[in-house]
Amino acid sequence: MGLTFAEKLLAFKAGTDFVQPGQIVEVSPDVAMSHDNAGLVIRQFRQIGVDRVWDPSKIVIPLDHRVPAESTKTANAHKSIREFVKEQGIASFYDVGEGVCHQVLVEKGHVLPGMLALGTDSHTTSYGCVGAFGTGIGATEMAAVWATGKIWLRVPESIRVHVHGSFPEMVFPKDFILHLVGRLGAEGANYCSVEFHGPAMAGIGIPGRFTICNLSMEMGAKNAVVPVDRVTTAFFEGLKVTGGKAFHPDPDAAYVREETCNISLMVPQVACPHGVDNVKPVAEMEGTRIDQAVLGSCTNGRIEDLREAASVMAGRRVHPHVRMLVVPASRTVLLEGIRTGVITELIEAGAVLVNPGCGPCLGAHEGILADGEICIASTNRNFKGRMGSPTSEVYLASPATVAASAVAGKITDPRRVK
Amino acid sequence: MKLKGRAWVTGDDIDTDQIYHGQYLPVTDPHEMAKHAMEYVPGMENFPREARSGDVVVAGKNFGTGSSREHAVLCLQYLGISCVVAKSFSRIFFRNAVNLGFPVIECPEISDTMKTGDIVEVHVDSGKIIDLTTGESFQGIPASGLEKEIAGSGGLIEYLKKNA
Repeated sequence: MGLTFAEKLLAFKAGTDFVQPGQIVEVSPDVAMSHDNAGLVIRQFRQIGVDRVWDPSKIVIPLDHRVPAESTKTANAHKSIREFVKEQGIASFYDVGEGVCHQVLVEKGHVLPGMLALGTDSHTTSYGCVGAFGTGIGATEMAAVWATGKIWLRVPESIRVHVHGSFPEMVFPKDFILHLVGRLGAEGANYCSVEFHGPAMAGIGIPGRFTICNLSMEMGAKNAVVPVDRVTTAFFEGLKVTGGKAFHPDPDAAYVREETCNISLMVPQVACPHGVDNVKPVAEMEGTRIDQAVLGSCTNGRIEDLREAASVMAGRRVHPHVRMLVVPASRTVLLEGIRTGVITELIEAGAVLVNPGCGPCLGAHEGILADGEICIASTNRNFKGRMGSPTSEVYLASPATVAASAVAGKITDPRRVK
Repeated sequence: MKLKGRAWVTGDDIDTDQIYHGQYLPVTDPHEMAKHAMEYVPGMENFPREARSGDVVVAGKNFGTGSSREHAVLCLQYLGISCVVAKSFSRIFFRNAVNLGFPVIECPEISDTMKTGDIVEVHVDSGKIIDLTTGESFQGIPASGLEKEIAGSGGLIEYLKKNA
């Protein structure tokens, strides 16, 4: 019996030829990422009674969730992280303003194909966009990883998604993955490794793959991956980064579920309150009033996303009743946006620029919703009260749909605007 | 280990923002954290004030879906909740619970008949759950292997200290 991507990679990491779903393996990560919650990791780490982290070169800490600090509590937590980083000699520390952890790790070349990347953020599944195994863990677990360099992982069952066709105009990888989350449900891939295959994947770049692997978390995935191909290789050539190891599933690998998607037939999608799996065609929700539109986050805050939104908004203005926030995923994205004029276009159209980071996505600051307000966002969660008041509502959609809606002042199919 | 307490019954897909909202993440004081446990869960608004030490949360499927924030476990622990029984758990919540030494029992048949206020008895080792109010019993899936060892040690940190 052949092995899936996850089985092959975890067997390799565990130093064996064969593992099977359900088996517990002890493995050592290649990358261990924490963001602002490194503060909690540090507190737990101190309790273990170990003085030094196992390998400071494998720890990466970008501050992104509450940046710049919005309170004394956060400021003190950030301070304790900076002190710890210095004390332990952790070189890969990215302070306020560098960007969202996942985006920063990928664009700085910290995650390579075939790596095992652990992160104290659920959307660590994003690293599958470059053929790595990325999975989210809690702070206490990360403290144990810092102390011992090891973690126990249950070998996951795998789901194979076969994608074919090509995207119609104004339909994007975000629409595809929202559709899939809706089809499988919020726990449809719980504890599973999700693999994306098929001829369409060759036409989806790293940014689109990032969105797909990021959102796979919302169906419960332990990890998601687009196996290494020419797109991956070209990406790393562009980054001038070498290394890594490609793992490809065997043709006779066993999957618990197989899905086929023809993206040629897709239309723009929207996830309605209060579940990411509550997905409908945008056309069905057209006319829904919005008070805020958020473009950005780790899910869709890359330069391609900003460009997509700007092209929809060209020659138009944000509706007077709408606040539109733009949160570039990283400093690199921000600079590229300035250099190419995309940021200028968005600001001229009436958007408000927020510094690179998570922004309002987690409801901490920079765009909190009032009672009863409605927001459309290119982010990854629309849980009840996610961005503020428990009576507010969040809809999730592609940057194009967010932009079209911001201009119209109501949820709008971007095909209508274009 | 046998736990006994009042049940708080809730539905499917209770997410980490409902259990512990993102706005409270910088809070470190256990009493303060406990005050916000399950605050955003529909119909559970009184939970942080009325839950008593030893009470049991009985949930539907996919409990704890969402963020990796282990505050979602800590706030329940700090409130004195003795365990969570759910039809199923989201992966990261389940791991966090094990690693923090907080009992969680998966029991696919539970919660359709149980009501908030019922007195339940949870046998953590065997996975058996008895609703003492109705007399019904349910067989859950007990932890085994490494998970059981870690949980039994009181969590990952204690486990590491013991096995260092």
